[in-house]
Amino acid sequence: MKITRRRATYIVNAVLLFIVVVWTVPIVGLLVSSFRQRNDIQSSGWWTVLPHQGWMSTGEELPIPPDQTRDQPITIEGVTATFDQWREGVAVNNDTRLVWVGNLRSGHLERYTLQWSANTNFTFDNYQQVLGGKSFEIRNVDGSTNTVQGDNLVDSFLNSLTVAIPSTVIPILIAAFAAYGFAWMRFPGRRLLFIAVVALLVVPLQIALIPILRDYVNLELNGTFLGIWLAHTGFGLPLATYLLYNYISNLPKDILESAFIDGASHFTIFTRLILPLSIPALASFAIFQFLWVWNDYLVALIFIGITNRDAQVLTQRIADMVGSRGQDWHLLTSAGFVSMIVPLLVFFALQRYFVRGLMAGSVKG
Amino acid sequence: MQQERVQSNFALDFIGSTLGRILVSVFVPLATFLALYYGFIFLRDSGAPRGIIAITAIIWGVGGVAALYFVTNWFVERLPGEWTNRLQPFVFVGPAVVILAWYLAIPTFRTLYLSFFDANSNNFVGLDNYTAVFTQRIMIEAWTNNLIWMFVGTAFTVIFGLFIAILADRSSFERVAKSFIFMPMAISMVGAGVIWKFIYDVNPNIGMLNAVVTGAGGKAQGWLTLVQPWNNLFLIIVMVWLQTGYAMVLISSAIKSIPEELLEAARVDGANEIEIFFRIIIPNIAGTLMTVITTIVIFTLKIFDIVMVMTGGQFGTEVIGVRFYREMFVSGNTGYGAAIAIVLLIAVIPVMIYNLRAFSKREAF
Repeated sequence: MKITRRRATYIVNAVLLFIVVVWTVPIVGLLVSSFRQRNDIQSSGWWTVLPHQGWMSTGEELPIPPDQTRDQPITIEGVTATFDQWREGVAVNNDTRLVWVGNLRSGHLERYTLQWSANTNFTFDNYQQVLGGKSFEIRNVDGSTNTVQGDNLVDSFLNSLTVAIPSTVIPILIAAFAAYGFAWMRFPGRRLLFIAVVALLVVPLQIALIPILRDYVNLELNGTFLGIWLAHTGFGLPLATYLLYNYISNLPKDILESAFIDGASHFTIFTRLILPLSIPALASFAIFQFLWVWNDYLVALIFIGITNRDAQVLTQRIADMVGSRGQDWHLLTSAGFVSMIVPLLVFFALQRYFVRGLMAGSVKG
Repeated sequence: MQQERVQSNFALDFIGSTLGRILVSVFVPLATFLALYYGFIFLRDSGAPRGIIAITAIIWGVGGVAALYFVTNWFVERLPGEWTNRLQPFVFVGPAVVILAWYLAIPTFRTLYLSFFDANSNNFVGLDNYTAVFTQRIMIEAWTNNLIWMFVGTAFTVIFGLFIAILADRSSFERVAKSFIFMPMAISMVGAGVIWKFIYDVNPNIGMLNAVVTGAGGKAQGWLTLVQPWNNLFLIIVMVWLQTGYAMVLISSAIKSIPEELLEAARVDGANEIEIFFRIIIPNIAGTLMTVITTIVIFTLKIFDIVMVMTGGQFGTEVIGVRFYREMFVSGNTGYGAAIAIVLLIAVIPVMIYNLRAFSKREAF
C-alpha cells in the first residue's frame, strides 16, 4: 500500500515536471535566442546552447586522392561515395566523418569527430539595436557591412508606462469613490445605477470603439494620452467598481459609524479610513488592470493609431516588427522580451495579488 | 512670524465673509480647470524629451483626477448643509456614472443605430449589414473558425487546467509548478504571438516544432500557412498555453475547498481515485467549471491579437475579431463593423442576464 502510494507520487511528480518544462520552454527559447548573434540564430537552433554532441573538425587535413572525375564514385578509407556526397560529408566509421573541402582538383579532406560542445556565443547587440534609435552597422559573414535603423523601443517603452500608469490609477480612484458612494451613501437611483454597472461587466469593448473614435476625432483627443487613459478607464471601470464595492461594502459598519459620530465628513472618512483599509483590494485590481493595459493591443491600435508613431506603445511596435522584420529573429526575440520584462517582474513580485485580482475579475468584457 | 499670522488672520476673515466665499468657490474650481486644460495643451503640442513628457503626463493625469474630486467635494461641502447631503453622493458616484455612460452604455445604442446604415452612415439599409455578416463567404469562414476556437480552445484549456490542478494537488512541488504554468498569463498576446511564431518557423534551425519533426525523420512544414485547416489548431495552442494557468488556478482553489472528510469517507468505502474524481470532485467544482468555461468562451469569441499578429487572418484563419477590425478601421465600413459588434454583444447577453440574476439573488442592496 505504502509503496504503491509512493510510486504514484513519483509518477505524478514526473508527469507534472514534464508539463512544467513544456510550458516553460517557449519563453526560455525566446530569452536564449534574444542573446544570440544574428548568424547563429539563422544557422543553428537555440537549443544548441546546451551541451550537445555534434560533428566538430579536428583540424586534420588529408590529401585528396588524385585524378578523380565528378561523376565516378570515389573511394576513401574504404568507403565509396560520389563527389557530391563527399562534399556533404560521409561517415567512415562510427565517430569519424570526412568532408571534402574545396573543389574536385585542388581541395582537401577534413576529418570531423563527434564531440561535446555548446554554442555559448552570447551578445547584447540585439538589445542595443532594438532599444536604441540610432542606425546600427551589421557585419555580414563575407565581411561586408550594411546599416540598419534601430527600432527605438525605449520610446515605446516609455509610452507604454505613460499609458499604463494613469490607466491603472485613474479608474481605481474613480471606482473607489463610486464604490464608497454605492456602499455607504443613500441617494435616488442608487440601485438602478449599480445594476447598470453589473450589466456592463461583460459588454464587449468592440461595441464602444466606433462611437468613441468619432467623439475623439471631434474633440481632437485621437492619439493623445488623455484619450487612451479615458478609454481604458471606461473599459476597466465596471469591473473596478464592482470589485471595490464588494470589498468596501463588507468593511465593518461600526468603524464608519464611530467616525461619523466624531463629526468626520464623507470625504475625510473615505480618504483617511476607507482607502487605507481597502489596500488589498486596490492592489489586486491595480495589478490586474496594469497588466491588462500594458498587454493591450486593440485599444492602443484604435485610439493611438498606426500613423502616430511617436505615441505608439510596445505591443503596437512589436506587432509592426513582426510584419516588417518577419525573419529578423535576433531583433524580434529581444523586442519580445523587452515587452515581457515588466509583466514578468510584476508577476513574480506580486503573484499573490495578481492571482486574487484575476480570480475576482473572471468575466471582464 | 508675527506679521504672517496677522496676514493669515486677515485672509481667513476675508474667506469667511459671504462675498469672499462666493469668489473663492468660483475661483478655485476655475483655476483648477484652467491648470488642467493648459497641462493638456502642453502634453499634446510639446516637443519636450519623451521622458519629461511621460513624467508630466503621469503627474498631470493622476493628480488632475484627484484634484477634480478634491475641488468639487470642497465646493459641495461649502454649500448649505441640506445641499451638501443631496449633492455629495453625486460627487462620489457621478464621475464613474458619466464615464460608464459615455464609454459603454450610450455607445451600445449608437453602435446599434449605426449598424442599420451604410459604410458612410448616410443611407438607411435596414438589415443588410446583418445579412452580410451571416452570409458572406469570408464571414462564414470567420464564424466557423470562431466556433472551432470556442469548442476546441475551451475544451483543451479546461481539461489541461483541471488535469494540472489535480496533479499539482498531489505533487511535492505544487506552488512552483502552478507558478510556472500560470506565468504566460502575465504576457501579452502579442508577445505570445512572437514566441509561438518563433516555435512554428519553417526553418528547422529556428523553429523548434520543425526541428522535432525533421529530427524524427519528417519534413519541415509551414505550420501557420500551408497546413490548412489545421493551422487554426496551431493558433489555438497559443491561447491554450496562455489561458490554462487561469483555469488551473480557479479549479485548484475549488478543489481545495472540498472537505477532506468527504474524500476520506469515499476512500474508506473503497472508491478508487477515478470514481472519486467523477463522483465527488467534479460535482463539487461544477460551479467553478461553469465560471471558467464562460470566461474562456467569451475570451475566444473576441479573440483578436493572436490571429492578427501571427497570420493576420490569412490562410483560412480569419476570425470575427479580426474581421471587425479590418471592416471598421481599415476599409472604413462603419455599418458593417457596427453590425459585427452588435452580434458579439448579443452573444454575451445570456451571461449578462445570468450575472444580473446572481446579483439580485445575493444582494440585499
